[in-house]
Amino acid sequence: MSKPLSRGKFLQLTIIGIVGFFVVWYAARFLHLSPPKFLPMPHEVAAKFFSLFFEPFAGATLDEHMLASLRRFGMGFGLATLVGVPLGLAMGWFRWLDDAVTPIFDSLRFIAPVAWVPFAALWFGTGIGGPTLIIFAGAFPPCLINAYRGARNVDNVYLEAASVLGIGHLRMITDVLFPAAVPSIIAGLRIAAGLGWMSLVGAELIVASSGMGNLIVRAQSAIETSTVMAGMIAIGLVGIVIDVLIRRMERQLLKHRRG
Amino acid sequence: MANIQFSDVTRIFKRDGKDFMSLDGINLTVQDKEFVAIVGPSGCGKTTCLRMAAGLEFPSSGTVCVNNAEVVQPGPDRAVVFQQFALFPWKSVYENIDFGLRSKGLRKEERHKLTMYYIGLMHLQGYESAYPHQLSGGMQQRVAIARAYALDPKVLLMDEPFGALDAQTRVVMQEELVKLARLNPRTVLFITHAVEEAVYLADRVVIMTSRPGKIKEILDVKAIREAEDWDRYSKIEDVMDLESFVHLRTRIWKSLREEHAGTDH
Repeated sequence: MSKPLSRGKFLQLTIIGIVGFFVVWYAARFLHLSPPKFLPMPHEVAAKFFSLFFEPFAGATLDEHMLASLRRFGMGFGLATLVGVPLGLAMGWFRWLDDAVTPIFDSLRFIAPVAWVPFAALWFGTGIGGPTLIIFAGAFPPCLINAYRGARNVDNVYLEAASVLGIGHLRMITDVLFPAAVPSIIAGLRIAAGLGWMSLVGAELIVASSGMGNLIVRAQSAIETSTVMAGMIAIGLVGIVIDVLIRRMERQLLKHRRG
Repeated sequence: MANIQFSDVTRIFKRDGKDFMSLDGINLTVQDKEFVAIVGPSGCGKTTCLRMAAGLEFPSSGTVCVNNAEVVQPGPDRAVVFQQFALFPWKSVYENIDFGLRSKGLRKEERHKLTMYYIGLMHLQGYESAYPHQLSGGMQQRVAIARAYALDPKVLLMDEPFGALDAQTRVVMQEELVKLARLNPRTVLFITHAVEEAVYLADRVVIMTSRPGKIKEILDVKAIREAEDWDRYSKIEDVMDLESFVHLRTRIWKSLREEHAGTDH
């Protein structure tokens, strides 16, 4: 990479980039590169985005679709965190657990979350269970890996200081490994949330009868391109909000630490 | 009654497939409530001795016993003060001191009383809720010493505890440690490379050779200190001016310098 730009220059280029993007978008319409049905204009997409909050599509308004997706996301992501983080920390402390879990984990984690869809649908159905498993499949590996790495990278000084204070295994994990690994764990949660959210939308394209993914795939069948694009924007925005919330949590947790 | 006993301790470590001897035939007994300082050239294995008493490392042959029981693991009966302080950065001063007490199964009120007592003793009042990075190096090490003392350990193991402090802070801490040691005598094994510090603090000073580390000689400081009544002075510089102090210090220096000349650098 070349060297970083000054703030003014950076802002200038950001604005040029955004303006350029919209210019190209509008130009495509005026040059008749694509039929209007397949390429709605930015303002039409924006209008559709807002109207979707009031006019139901595929049986629900946009906020109801969001809520349905977020509920599934919360289940899958929550489960991945609750299982992945403690297991990762414990694997970072107990060698035998590391040896027992790692081979299975390594062979399963390269199965893409979407590849879990058929299995999840067969076992847990298309209601809440199936999508939850698919999000879990996406979010679990980064939770576990980052907690594990965080625990393994804890400065030996803290482990020795704790062990000479007579700390047992449980408190070593909860009071030393966990707080020391928080930065790594949060980084893992951010990756997990991103992957989980993406997996969810993928799963909803196929198995669910509500949610953001379902919304856009139904809009595709109806050839409502502006609804498809408005749905995509909503998916992106929710993803950003989730990321911002996790980063805020990180700042809270790391308030008392240096650098 | 608590002593530390090294019997025929050797320590061998492997590097590039070859065996190196870092400690060779260490025999040393730190008596109950005795303050013993080990000085020696860097790399002589003095820190390894301390870590073996702590249960963080183990001898290749021979035994290390604390209170006549062989050391097999770390434990709160042997508190360690590390050179890098090793405070938990995510815990406040209070929580750092309380942390070790919690593993002793004491009741909450009792822990609170002990924690506040050592906070007072180490002049940390008003900093209970501060985090380590908000404190100076000297204060951080005071917290670490409070954390060690609060456990009421049978023995205290201090690994160059003042090595990371600036000269002025170091002197203050040495004076405080002497006060603490006279007020509340413990069995202490103290590692340092600062000769003055060893002479000022210890009852006996153990001089080690360069690698492989052996005990070269052991000097009885306590006898001289008591004969010359060093304790009538509260300031370290007054003690360091005494002829008996200077004499001892020079003697140790000479002994250490021979070791330095014996190595390649």
